[in-house]
Amino acid sequence: MANRAIAARSTGRPGKAATLGLGLLLPGSVIILWQMLGHYGIISEMLFPTPYTIADSFITLASSGDLWINLRISVARALSGFLLGGGLGLFFGILVGLFRRSEKLLDPSLQMIRMIPSLAVVPLFILWFGIGEESKVLLIAKGAFFPLYINTFMGIRGVDNKLFEVSRVLGFSRVKQILRLVLPAAVPYIMLGVRLSLGLSWLGLVVAELIASTSGIGYMMSDARQFADTPVVFVGIIIFALAGLLSDTIVRLIERRLLRWERGMTS
Amino acid sequence: MGEALLSISNLNKRFDTAGGHIQALQNINLHVQEGEFITVIGPSGCGKSTLLRIVAGLDSNYSGSVTLEGAEIRGPGIDKGFIFQEHRLFPWLTVEKNIASDLPLSNKEVRRKVDELIELVKLKGFEKSYPRELSGGMAQRVAIARALLRNPKILLLDEPFGALDAFTRAHMQSVLLDIWRTNRTTMIFVTHDIDEAVFLGNRVVILEPRPGKISRIVPVDLPYPRKKTTTSFQELRLRVLNYFEKVDELELMDGAGI
Repeated sequence: MANRAIAARSTGRPGKAATLGLGLLLPGSVIILWQMLGHYGIISEMLFPTPYTIADSFITLASSGDLWINLRISVARALSGFLLGGGLGLFFGILVGLFRRSEKLLDPSLQMIRMIPSLAVVPLFILWFGIGEESKVLLIAKGAFFPLYINTFMGIRGVDNKLFEVSRVLGFSRVKQILRLVLPAAVPYIMLGVRLSLGLSWLGLVVAELIASTSGIGYMMSDARQFADTPVVFVGIIIFALAGLLSDTIVRLIERRLLRWERGMTS
Repeated sequence: MGEALLSISNLNKRFDTAGGHIQALQNINLHVQEGEFITVIGPSGCGKSTLLRIVAGLDSNYSGSVTLEGAEIRGPGIDKGFIFQEHRLFPWLTVEKNIASDLPLSNKEVRRKVDELIELVKLKGFEKSYPRELSGGMAQRVAIARALLRNPKILLLDEPFGALDAFTRAHMQSVLLDIWRTNRTTMIFVTHDIDEAVFLGNRVVILEPRPGKISRIVPVDLPYPRKKTTTSFQELRLRVLNYFEKVDELELMDGAGI
């Protein structure tokens, strides 16, 4: 078994590099084509600044420190919104999943709130909390709440009845049934919920910062739009893409560790 | 013979369905002594699994009396170990953690017993493997170790080797007999394989279907370890087989009557 693992690893290395190269082929060609089209004036520099101009604008923003200040503010907002909304989603998902009575009490109201589009509550949040941090964090939290809530709930309800029988035969107490059976069995669903919630947190952040804000990456972008500073808008888009990718990668690494048991001997 | 460890008296079990009710078990009487190895055999639908689930406390909707050490059975518990047809291990736990399940491996006593059991079911070297990485026979051995860790008064096995290939099955039978002879755990083993029933049991309980009732109890007084090729084994096997054929004939006559 160990031999096979080593063999798989040694053959896996070049394969991985090849896959990465293949994945970069398309975006690489697009960037080169884009640069050339812009350079020869075939596309408007105003609407489609060349990759070189965007990189230049990135360096200016980075060296002035503006980018980092805004990025830190944005990350703090997204993260606190995610922790608040996701944490509550996890908590209510467990509560509603475990107890039928709490499902009857809470689920209909929560489903109703879910159906309200986030954008529709923005005016209300601004009236209540002004354009300060609270309204933004709450908007993000509203988005982050539901994927974790629904997936945790489904994960808990989806526990295999056969394993429940085992826990009864082994004499698990009610508490141990929850800690040793229900929650571990729900982990794959919960992790899926975490990934979806995190994605929605970034989405909520952009909405909040574009609509009403005086700081953050989204504000930086909407401010640049006013002055037709297209390269900065592109820098913002790239930052959001990278931040989203990075956070998703981190969660996937955690997921891989937690769900080691799901992977088989090979591949 | 003293007081029986397990006493089943006048047990009746009925399933109520939309189209009336089905008599799953009718007037079952069985008394199991401590240390006995009982095999229960019958065609599918004869209620043998239902009988085992009642003894395990997983099904409490019956009439009659089922007592373990004189006390009426109330719900499942660790005094009645249960091995299902599928291994039913927790997929997220390693072999040793599956055996321990809700007991802490950090406890020295638990650790020692888990190690002993891993030795007993011949799984040394696989302590840290996940169920996915095990073969069917290995996984079933983990399930047996998990039940034995709780020192059950009786071990109930519901066609535990039914899904295994013939070679693994023969190997598992001898592993189980080893365990039985080392621990003297009382066993009730449900199967639909006549060879298996005669090979393992002190007594073979033959159930007939519709309604499920005991048609015969055949004592098997061959010494262990048994050999399936000996004449005495084959004779006993034929005797058991004969009972089944009689049941079949009766069924045919019943059918003709209607």
